[in-house]
Amino acid sequence: MSAAPTPVPAPGEDRASAPAEPRAPAKDASQLRQKQLFADYFETLAHAREAGRKVVYTFVPGNVVELLGALDLLPVLPEINALQSAMRKRSAAHIAEAEKAGHSEDVCSYVKCDLGMLKSGNIGPTGTRLPEPDLLLLSYTGCFTFMKWFELLRQEYHCPVVMLHVPYQPDGVITGEMRRYVVDQLRHQVVPALEKVAGRQLDDEELRRRLTRSRQAEDDLVAVWESARHRPSPIDGYFGGVYYIGPIFSAFRGSEDAVAYYRELRSEVEARLRRGEGPVTPDGAAAAERYRLVVEGPPNWTHFNDFWRMFSREGAVMVSSTYTRVGGLYDTGFRHDAERPLESLADYCLGCYTNLGLPSRVALLERYIRDYQADGFLINSVKSCNSFSAGQLLILRELERRTGVPGGFIESDLVDPRYFGRANIENRVQSYLQMLEARRGRSAA
Amino acid sequence: MTATPTPPLSPPPAAMADPAAGPLAEARRLVEDRSLDTVRAWKAAHPGALAIGHLPIYVPRPLLEAMDCLPVALFGGGDQVDIIRGDSYFQSYICHLPRSTVELALAGDLDALDGVLFPAICDVVRNLGGMWKLLFPDRYSSYLDLPQNLDPALGGRFYADELRRITRELVARGATPLAERALAAAIARENARRDALFALDALRRRQPWRVPASEAYLVARAGAALPAADHRALLQAYLNAALQRAVHRYDNVRVVVTGAFCEQPPLELIRTLELAGCDIVDDDFQLGWRYLEGPIPTGAGADGIEVLARAYLDLGTATASRYIGEEEKGAALVRRVRRAGAEGVIFAAASFCDPALLDQPMLEAALGAAGIPFTSLKFSENTGQLQVIREQAGAFSDAVKLWGSAA
Ligand code: SF4
Ligand code: SF4
Repeated sequence: MSAAPTPVPAPGEDRASAPAEPRAPAKDASQLRQKQLFADYFETLAHAREAGRKVVYTFVPGNVVELLGALDLLPVLPEINALQSAMRKRSAAHIAEAEKAGHSEDVCSYVKCDLGMLKSGNIGPTGTRLPEPDLLLLSYTGCFTFMKWFELLRQEYHCPVVMLHVPYQPDGVITGEMRRYVVDQLRHQVVPALEKVAGRQLDDEELRRRLTRSRQAEDDLVAVWESARHRPSPIDGYFGGVYYIGPIFSAFRGSEDAVAYYRELRSEVEARLRRGEGPVTPDGAAAAERYRLVVEGPPNWTHFNDFWRMFSREGAVMVSSTYTRVGGLYDTGFRHDAERPLESLADYCLGCYTNLGLPSRVALLERYIRDYQADGFLINSVKSCNSFSAGQLLILRELERRTGVPGGFIESDLVDPRYFGRANIENRVQSYLQMLEARRGRSAA
Repeated sequence: MTATPTPPLSPPPAAMADPAAGPLAEARRLVEDRSLDTVRAWKAAHPGALAIGHLPIYVPRPLLEAMDCLPVALFGGGDQVDIIRGDSYFQSYICHLPRSTVELALAGDLDALDGVLFPAICDVVRNLGGMWKLLFPDRYSSYLDLPQNLDPALGGRFYADELRRITRELVARGATPLAERALAAAIARENARRDALFALDALRRRQPWRVPASEAYLVARAGAALPAADHRALLQAYLNAALQRAVHRYDNVRVVVTGAFCEQPPLELIRTLELAGCDIVDDDFQLGWRYLEGPIPTGAGADGIEVLARAYLDLGTATASRYIGEEEKGAALVRRVRRAGAEGVIFAAASFCDPALLDQPMLEAALGAAGIPFTSLKFSENTGQLQVIREQAGAFSDAVKLWGSAA
């Protein structure tokens, strides 16, 4: 599930929109800021070599970008390349390229999309070439595929790799042993490897400053998530939410830019709340809120806006989601902490959503359904991702049993368009929403 | 190209009884014991002792034995189980092993177990561990996190902590508290079992016509629910008998089969490869038995848990679920091929097995660079259509025989 959405394109902008559809709505200031943030970032990456900057590839969930930032290292996050390729309709070609090179149809499409992109010249989302890594930082959180992914990349780049093995949280508890294991790896292996690439020592004060800024952004992000408790919700916590996590899940956590982005986003959301407005959708202001849903599972990136519209046009708002917690779960109280730098980085890595055992995932979803007063919940089960998908049918039953709220189940994929059956998905969504409607009628009667 | 007809497995001259028939029949009985009757019998003979199941690939069985527990290796339901409920727990794009395991559990076939361990191998087994807690909240189960960081001061310490945690949890459920002497003895029994397994492998490599892989598979698998000493005795009985066989040597192609370390192919699939003219001289079926390459070191006064942890770090074999740091991917497979004197490799991965299938292109590249021919197939534990596999393996063995390559 890796992932974070990111920059461009913003709602209403992806190529999934049919030409005859309404023009993209005017963007909020935070959207423009995010777009500029990522444009600048890719520009910086494009010129990293000339500028003498060092580049570290790492993954979204459990990344330690504060450390990279404190050492002036530039992160590249391959999952973001993959999802960006999908939003730009390039993933099919990249996946085909990887399968031609011997990669199985059965495995995670993020990996294949990234490898195919690499084989096609490693051109990033803004059309510029991504720099090769000076180091692969394999932070191994919530999914075994990450390990294979970097083994594959190592064969392409022949650069050093440093691993951060993050233990799994099967029982929803971070034990002292787990934390110590991660902290010791950070202290004795990850930081020295980063310092070697950076050619300088880690400045502890700079790390603390960054962790303090992470915390500020996290506070604001949680306020944004929690705004969805109101009726109508001023945000869509899944489709819209993937934009909100862009900066904080990727290269920017710990930066001034991220602080400014989340401050601005929060104030916009609070203004919408005061005005009683719903979320912004691909078609502009949302239809009146009719259904409040919680979502489990990653989105489909190849038909992102089409998928969103299947709900937004029916007045279905996603009030909360687990996918938007894959790169950090802040609304259960965790914050990066300048007073405990490495310990809080360890807790962050350990606490990402798919690093939690299934019982904890069910408990979190149950809590979201109750706290956000959801009428239903939806599971988008993606073929690519065993980390998310294995067990989701039991999650469905368990949640229905515990909450009495009906669940819907859809199957698609992250970036492989072959597995997005539009008509089938649309039928399922329609039937599900009709069922919610009928249920509502029955309980009103 | 069709398969070259090859004679049946290690046939004794027609009129003479196969001296290995007895051990093989016993092995077959144990392997087909789906409802764990042998475990029930063991528990009846050891009142109060725990039987602890474990998923692939690797769990340190001597630790369990040292606490008077019976370790029971679970490999899914194979082709013997009709999936009635299991499918409703897993989407079609997830491998078969977890659905048949759930099927067995829901049908009560695993009721003899007092607990189950889910070692860190992949996201599916990991999540299956979570499902177990939801499905069977009153039964003991635990995830065993295996370290990917192989530094003794980091991953080694973490893993030893994990083993101590499991030990505490089992004692809380009635297992005998761990004593150093008992652990040392259990490690010694495990080493003796492994000696027998290695002797079996060595004979198979030397004379595959005497010990076909399908038989070696059966006698290894028979140990799933046996204490190490009993398994060793069965292995030894089979080995002794195999040595007494009157056999004919056949001109088959020597292959290594790799990729089936977790979900197991049906036995018929292994036989099919043999019938297609392949002598499987090395494989990673049921990898847990051979996960440690060499005996677990023992020493007077050593802390047994530290010994087990260190053995995992130092002796663990190269496989898809284990991070190999700076080592070259595929180099270990090339070494195995050379050591076994094999002429080619058959990749046999379970469908939708991410670890095996993501590993495979890297291994293929290493084989290509080393000039070792290979072919690949996918299976599931209940694969019934074997004709295509037979033709593919036959074509591969013919090509290797004729040209020394798969071209
Ligand atoms: S399997 Fe899932 S979590 Fe892992 S890399 Fe693929 S999409 Fe991300
Ligand atoms: S067969 Fe592969 S994917 Fe399935 S449980 Fe085993 S290792 Fe995991």
